[in-house]
Amino acid sequence: MYQLKFDQKVCASCRSADCLLKCQYMTFAGHKEAHGEMMKIMKGKDSRVLNECMTCYACEEYCTRGNHPFYLISEKREEKGLFTAPRPITNQWINMTQMQGKCLVGNVKDKALSCCYIPDLGPLGTGEIFKDVADAGVFGAEFMCPAVHTHFARMSVIKERLPIVIENYRKLGVKEVICLHDECYGTLTSIASAYGMDVPFKPVYYLDFVLQRMKELKDKIKPLNITVAYQRSCSNRLIPDKHALVKKIFNLIGVKAPKRTYQDENALCCAEILRSISGYKLADDVQKRNIDDMLAAGAEYCVFNCPACQSSLSEKVAKRGLKPVHIIDLCKMAIGEKERGTT
Amino acid sequence: MSDILQSLIDIVGEKGVSNEPEELWFYSRDPGVLAPHKPDYVVAPKTTEEVQKIVQLAGREKIPVVPMGNGMSLAGLVIPLKGGIVLDMKRMNKILEVNPMGRYAVMEGGTSQGALKSYLQKNHPTLRHSLPDAPPTTTIAANVSLHGQGRLTNQYGFNSDMVTGLEMVLPTGEICRIGSPSIGPYWFSKGPTLPDLSGLFLGWLGATGIITKVGLKLFPNKKIRDVELFVTDRVELVPQILYKLTHLEVCEDINVWFQPKPQMFLGNFHVTIFFTGDTEDEIEFKRKMIWDSLQEHMDAKDGGFMSVQYMKSTLLEMPGRTIADFADVPKGGGFEYSGPIALIEHYPQYAAKVVELAQKYNVLYASAARLISGGHAMMFSISFAFNRDDAAMMERVEKALDEAMTFALDMGGIPWKPNHKEQKMLLERMEPNARKLLLMIKKNLDPQGIMNPGNWEVNA
Amino acid sequence: MTTIRHIEHEQIVHRCFRCGYCKYPSDYSDFNCPSYKAFGWDTFAPGGRMWLTRAWLHGEIETSARFAEIMFSCVACDNCKDQCVFPKFKDFLPDIFQETRAELVGEGRIPPGVRDYFKAVAVSGNPYKLPQSERGDWAKGTGLKPYTNQKYLFYAGSVGSYDEVGKRMAQSVGKMLVDAGLSVGILGAEEGCDGNDVRALGEMGLFAQLAQANIDTFKAKGVKEIITLDPHALNTFKKDYPALGGKFKVQHYSEVLAELIKKKKIKLKAYPVKITYHDPCYLGRHQQIYSAPREILKAIPKAEFVEMHRHGANAFCCGGGGGNFFTDILGTAEDSASRVRVREAAETGASILAVACPNCAKMLTDAVKMENLEDRLEVLGLAEILERARK
Repeated sequence: MYQLKFDQKVCASCRSADCLLKCQYMTFAGHKEAHGEMMKIMKGKDSRVLNECMTCYACEEYCTRGNHPFYLISEKREEKGLFTAPRPITNQWINMTQMQGKCLVGNVKDKALSCCYIPDLGPLGTGEIFKDVADAGVFGAEFMCPAVHTHFARMSVIKERLPIVIENYRKLGVKEVICLHDECYGTLTSIASAYGMDVPFKPVYYLDFVLQRMKELKDKIKPLNITVAYQRSCSNRLIPDKHALVKKIFNLIGVKAPKRTYQDENALCCAEILRSISGYKLADDVQKRNIDDMLAAGAEYCVFNCPACQSSLSEKVAKRGLKPVHIIDLCKMAIGEKERGTT
Repeated sequence: MSDILQSLIDIVGEKGVSNEPEELWFYSRDPGVLAPHKPDYVVAPKTTEEVQKIVQLAGREKIPVVPMGNGMSLAGLVIPLKGGIVLDMKRMNKILEVNPMGRYAVMEGGTSQGALKSYLQKNHPTLRHSLPDAPPTTTIAANVSLHGQGRLTNQYGFNSDMVTGLEMVLPTGEICRIGSPSIGPYWFSKGPTLPDLSGLFLGWLGATGIITKVGLKLFPNKKIRDVELFVTDRVELVPQILYKLTHLEVCEDINVWFQPKPQMFLGNFHVTIFFTGDTEDEIEFKRKMIWDSLQEHMDAKDGGFMSVQYMKSTLLEMPGRTIADFADVPKGGGFEYSGPIALIEHYPQYAAKVVELAQKYNVLYASAARLISGGHAMMFSISFAFNRDDAAMMERVEKALDEAMTFALDMGGIPWKPNHKEQKMLLERMEPNARKLLLMIKKNLDPQGIMNPGNWEVNA
Repeated sequence: MTTIRHIEHEQIVHRCFRCGYCKYPSDYSDFNCPSYKAFGWDTFAPGGRMWLTRAWLHGEIETSARFAEIMFSCVACDNCKDQCVFPKFKDFLPDIFQETRAELVGEGRIPPGVRDYFKAVAVSGNPYKLPQSERGDWAKGTGLKPYTNQKYLFYAGSVGSYDEVGKRMAQSVGKMLVDAGLSVGILGAEEGCDGNDVRALGEMGLFAQLAQANIDTFKAKGVKEIITLDPHALNTFKKDYPALGGKFKVQHYSEVLAELIKKKKIKLKAYPVKITYHDPCYLGRHQQIYSAPREILKAIPKAEFVEMHRHGANAFCCGGGGGNFFTDILGTAEDSASRVRVREAAETGASILAVACPNCAKMLTDAVKMENLEDRLEVLGLAEILERARK
């Protein structure tokens, strides 16, 4: 079984304890307490963190020393049976995402376009931007990154399934897998590497791909001249170096994203996982603060990177006058492929 | 041409009678597993007077009359077990009156559920009736005649409790009104404060007369409907979850279901909670009440609310078009269920029985329970799908259903829309004086035994 | 169970649950299956047909005049296919009914009206038994020229060529196309029956013969693009001809007129009138063309466009689909489709019932008379309406 590579020395010598001090869902008196809790976790002792963590993934980004605090927390929770979500919800996710040999594979050669196991991704990976890879789509549990199970502290499921997913891609004989869900890219890079799994192909982050394509399609771009708020997804915390791509794309297509409180490192979770873990109170509070903040920044659109965030927030932002749109659709709008305001 | 055929043609015209092999074959069966039996004639009346004349003719000739809506009970309730005339009532489909202030509608018995829904939506958008989950082709009269349930059963009881008056053609051919319409022009009460004569017909499956007109209660149709889906893997918690939810008095409808396919549903019991409101505030207020009531199960990690975003439109659809899909799981166009009315506290035992029977008879199961009257009881469906092309599978399903009903009776439940075999099981267990009373009513109302014979035959 | 007869989709027939969604529109407001509406027996609904077909394939019921009536009263309107709740086999319902009819044709047990129709088409080339030489006479005075090497072939079809109501419709369309400056010609006496309804009624041999003759003519003339008057022709040209080697670009005239209006090749003046529109099954449900006719009507200044309760994918057939236009098995009683439909049109308060199919035009024109609605409702083709509003 794969083991998490967690460097205890690095953690022990940490002077910031940012992983916990920056957490938006737990508060600590200061470095001493936060560091102390992390030490307890590391040593397999009980810690309140193991009960209170909301699984927003952010500590993976807050730790700048290359360790994996979130994976460690999740590992220890599973060891102790301290699961985040109600058991039936956890099991439902495990059952729902089980491989049953019902995957769809397009005309895959060197490249595959991964639609994970999310039906919404299929229609996104189309049009001029994806014209060379659109028919190379793959979809299904067999190609789904199992990262979602970190929310439920079921790292064992990830360790069991991720190697099979990687193998399924390998069997396709691909050199590159373009991941339309940033969770897939995060899984194939961050999680795979944290557990020492080999990935025998090059994972390509879709926003890298989109940015490149939009540069090539520059002549077709008509600046949108709109103001937006960006909803950063939890899995983007696994690949923080990729966050800057959003701004580059916005610049290219004439989109303004004014500074707001809950952005970048301070981004708030879409809160749907919080809802299923702990109930509506925290989730409602997080969503309200988040949307208030979007409106205060003068946004007309709420731009998503993750279909799960989009599903959980679309109706709510729309009710408050913001137009929900995926960043790919925003790019399609900029080159005239989609009408403005459509999602 | 036989005298009877000619007499029937004289009553309803040539287009209203058939004794062609095609109609006789079709009207001899329903989509369930019970064996077919051919009628001698299929007749489709258009007026109460035509029904009256047909019943009078049948009385003279001593031939059975079986009133039929869409024949979707799945329990063979309109299979003409002793031949005779099947009365297809669907041409009597006029909606005669809606009294919006009195919140009731009056219509001919063959009016379909779908037509009433559509009519109200168009003409009285603030009103609705308790729409069953059966296909929209099913009729109002058939539904109340078998004590059907619908979307408002959790709030207001069986759909037959919502009847506000009846027009009946008695087995003697007399036409008679029941309830307030027997006294005056208004159809607001099926019985009270009079002796409630509707009990002579509701639940009798056409064995005591033919419903030609029905008055039905209508209820507020709020602007917004919403749904939450709570899941637990501990079946023993289901009764208390339901108790907590019904205590709120805010739920439109509550269903509990479990099924092994698709995979995501495996191992969990799903409580679908519908609620309504005229404003977002009302909806949110009710949503919070629902979530708060089950918080302790979430804290104990024993249950949680699923995200319903992807399923919402399917769950909110009325009637639920995907319900029939179960019939096609074994690619065979059929399912049948036993639906005992039972106490909610017995949910775990019933649930275990479904799985046991499915394994024993190697058939595919699904189960859905609907709460009745805020939790006084539930209809617990034990459903098995089958392939119509596989006679052995159909036989296994029939056996499984028979055993399910024996179990339900042992548990003190009573069958919903019992088929003729189950009716006999019931009568055998019934307290003797109750059985005697039933016999007395049937004999007095239908002395010749011509009404849907084979059903509620107390002397059998 | 032993199967004594066979059809291509026999493995599906037992999967029908006969739940009856198929006979409704999506809001359940009325019966949307014309044969069920007209006959009122469950056997005449799609579920009845499925169950009876199964019984018949297994020899539980025999071939009979009644069975044939049940099968041939289906107007192939495709409502059942749209409304059936079983996604895995719903698309095949119309095929099953068509295959059953074909099998009955093979057995030679078909209603007399159907037999006469086949005979007329086989012998005369049209159901009216009129001379082929008169087929192009309708075009006189329209400015339409015989097809030589124009961009488009305008295909009028039998109803447009021989029926009075149909001819009016063909003439108005033809004139409109010519006046808009389109390069278009007709085959006239060289035009053949499209075969759509022959196929729907199950005479596969005759259909193949008709289709092949048309394809050969089109190819010999160098036809690349076809505009059809009749959605029935549109349907078979698009759906069935390619498999027989006839690959052409085919459009319905409503699509072409809508485009011409957009390009301002047809200019319109104010015509204050209330119009409703009847979707032909072969244009709507079969070919998914719903917007072009509406664009045309909405483009008329001052005209008020109003929908019937059942419209678009939920439209109620005029009763003339699948060959019933000629065989008239549905009859003309009060609950016959065309009479129900014109009553529904009259309920909208419109004074014009716009149609886009010559079969619908004729069916509904007759029904208006039967319902005594002549003072209130006029049935007109899209181009006939445009003529009145043309600058």
